[in-house]
Amino acid sequence: MKKYTYTEKKDTRSGFGAGLLEAAKKNEHIVGLCADLIGSLKMDAFKKEFPERFFQIGIAEANMIGIAAGMTIGGKIPFTGTFANFSTGRVYDQIRQSIAYSNKNVKICASHAGLTLGEDGATHQILEDIGLMKMLPGMTVINPCDYNQTKAATMAIAEHVGPVYLRFGRPVVPIFTSANQKFEIGKAWIINEGTDVSIFATGHLVWEAIEAGEKLAEMGINAEIINIHTIKPLDEKAILQSVAKTGCVVTAEEHNRLGGLGDSVAQVLARNNPSPQEYVAVNDSFGESGTPEELMRKYGLDSDHIVTAVQHVMRRKKEKVVLS
Amino acid sequence: MMNLSIEELNKITSQVRRDVVRMVHGCQSGHPGGSLGCTDFLVALYFYVLKHHTTFNMDGKNEDLFFLSNGHISPVWYSVLARSGYFDKSELATFRKLNSRLQGHPTTHEHLPGVRIASGSLGQGMSVAIGAALTKKLNQDDGLVFSLHGDGELQEGQIWEAAMYASHNKVDNLISTIDVNGQQIDGPTEDVLSLGNLHAKWEAFGWDVLTMNGNDMADVVRVLELARSKTNKGKPILILMETIMGNGVDFMMHTHKWHGSAPNDEQLATALAQLQETIGDY
Repeated sequence: MKKYTYTEKKDTRSGFGAGLLEAAKKNEHIVGLCADLIGSLKMDAFKKEFPERFFQIGIAEANMIGIAAGMTIGGKIPFTGTFANFSTGRVYDQIRQSIAYSNKNVKICASHAGLTLGEDGATHQILEDIGLMKMLPGMTVINPCDYNQTKAATMAIAEHVGPVYLRFGRPVVPIFTSANQKFEIGKAWIINEGTDVSIFATGHLVWEAIEAGEKLAEMGINAEIINIHTIKPLDEKAILQSVAKTGCVVTAEEHNRLGGLGDSVAQVLARNNPSPQEYVAVNDSFGESGTPEELMRKYGLDSDHIVTAVQHVMRRKKEKVVLS
Repeated sequence: MMNLSIEELNKITSQVRRDVVRMVHGCQSGHPGGSLGCTDFLVALYFYVLKHHTTFNMDGKNEDLFFLSNGHISPVWYSVLARSGYFDKSELATFRKLNSRLQGHPTTHEHLPGVRIASGSLGQGMSVAIGAALTKKLNQDDGLVFSLHGDGELQEGQIWEAAMYASHNKVDNLISTIDVNGQQIDGPTEDVLSLGNLHAKWEAFGWDVLTMNGNDMADVVRVLELARSKTNKGKPILILMETIMGNGVDFMMHTHKWHGSAPNDEQLATALAQLQETIGDY
């Protein structure tokens, strides 16, 4: 197992804030819109540096999405910022008609995604957003894993023409990717090459997968770990190449088991190379209040649950070989 | 912007109304009522008021822009776009048919010249118009942004989010018009969900409010020009446009029944007998 270490933990939303500022310095067409959550979205620095390009919308997310769509007409590149719940479910029809169907160059940037929002509870912990957004034709869906990758992703989507959903989170998590990485939309990142099982992880679960990989190595299991930061368009080639080698799959995501990364991977495998797969995901339920760590453990999203899922899927792979 | 007389504008209006009923008849679906009610407004806009180029460019820099929020009245918009030169009028025959650029509700998806955003799901167009108006300000572009909305559409909450935003932020390069015909699919707005005193409501939201008779071309032109003169003075402009749904075809007037129904062959003949062919059918 390749060694990954970290010296610092930071929230991915701060990566967004830093990336937005840097992208805006390079491209004068970038504008920022926020629905009364400037501090939470880390948009303060952008607002301070470019007050004339920042738009406080108030608690009116539907209006924010419509304004963002309209601002593209005349060449602006709007980045909208609010919590993931209010960025997607609350405004789904506005995104569908005014952004996706109209193919507008809007970047929907969503913080506090998933369970790790923590104590605010299930009203704010959206676990369905990846599914909602990936179903929209033409929508790019990105869920980076740490501060550096979120910053790089934010800068990359500014260069990409077309609607994007960028998902990130609230808690501090280890920074283990490089500071000056080049983020390639749609290109999976192989974290560790292995032969026994493919672990496809996204967002906060990538670090959990690395920790799981270390535990598995101690047990003599050589896991291939791949960071699927772009859920759509999915790097099907990387997935199929890995599974051709390992023959079984664990997907890991901070999302409902239904409709997320796991289902996207399952569809690729069903069409090309049906293989045993286990999901590390929320089992079709809402979340609840608690600390991020408590919630990730209770809902089965930590490294120990990835280890268990690997053991299970490897037994299934073995049974499949015996049966055939 | 052309210098057409009221009489010349009315001639175009008669032709556009013919187009509307023929298009809706041709596919046996669509929304003639609101389209006929808003015909004078759209003809005045495209043939008299807007500073625009019919060689279509999505960004529309240094042009006036129009957004149709009540997208179901697409027949009248398509007819006016074709008649003012955005595309050939023969294409009107494809309305709502398979592989057409003239979708049931307007869309950019098929790249129809003149359309800058999809609409149909109600309540979204004012936000979009505000966004386009903000971009014009950022670009130091003195073009104006116009939008049209149904009165029933005001039941959508997003409209009032947009209304609040536009006045707070002094979006004063925006002229939004409400088609006050008092009808919606299920009946009169008064019965479905009454709108109350719209004049007082919009004023309370901080807009400069004008009223106009949307079925009197002279008044439409006068009020749209008045609205233009009131822009860039710190307030968004709102026009309450009173119209009669189905205007121009007697049996379609004063009822919600023709909101979303197509005439049969006999009804089409009756309607066309009331609408003079002036600049040639498509």
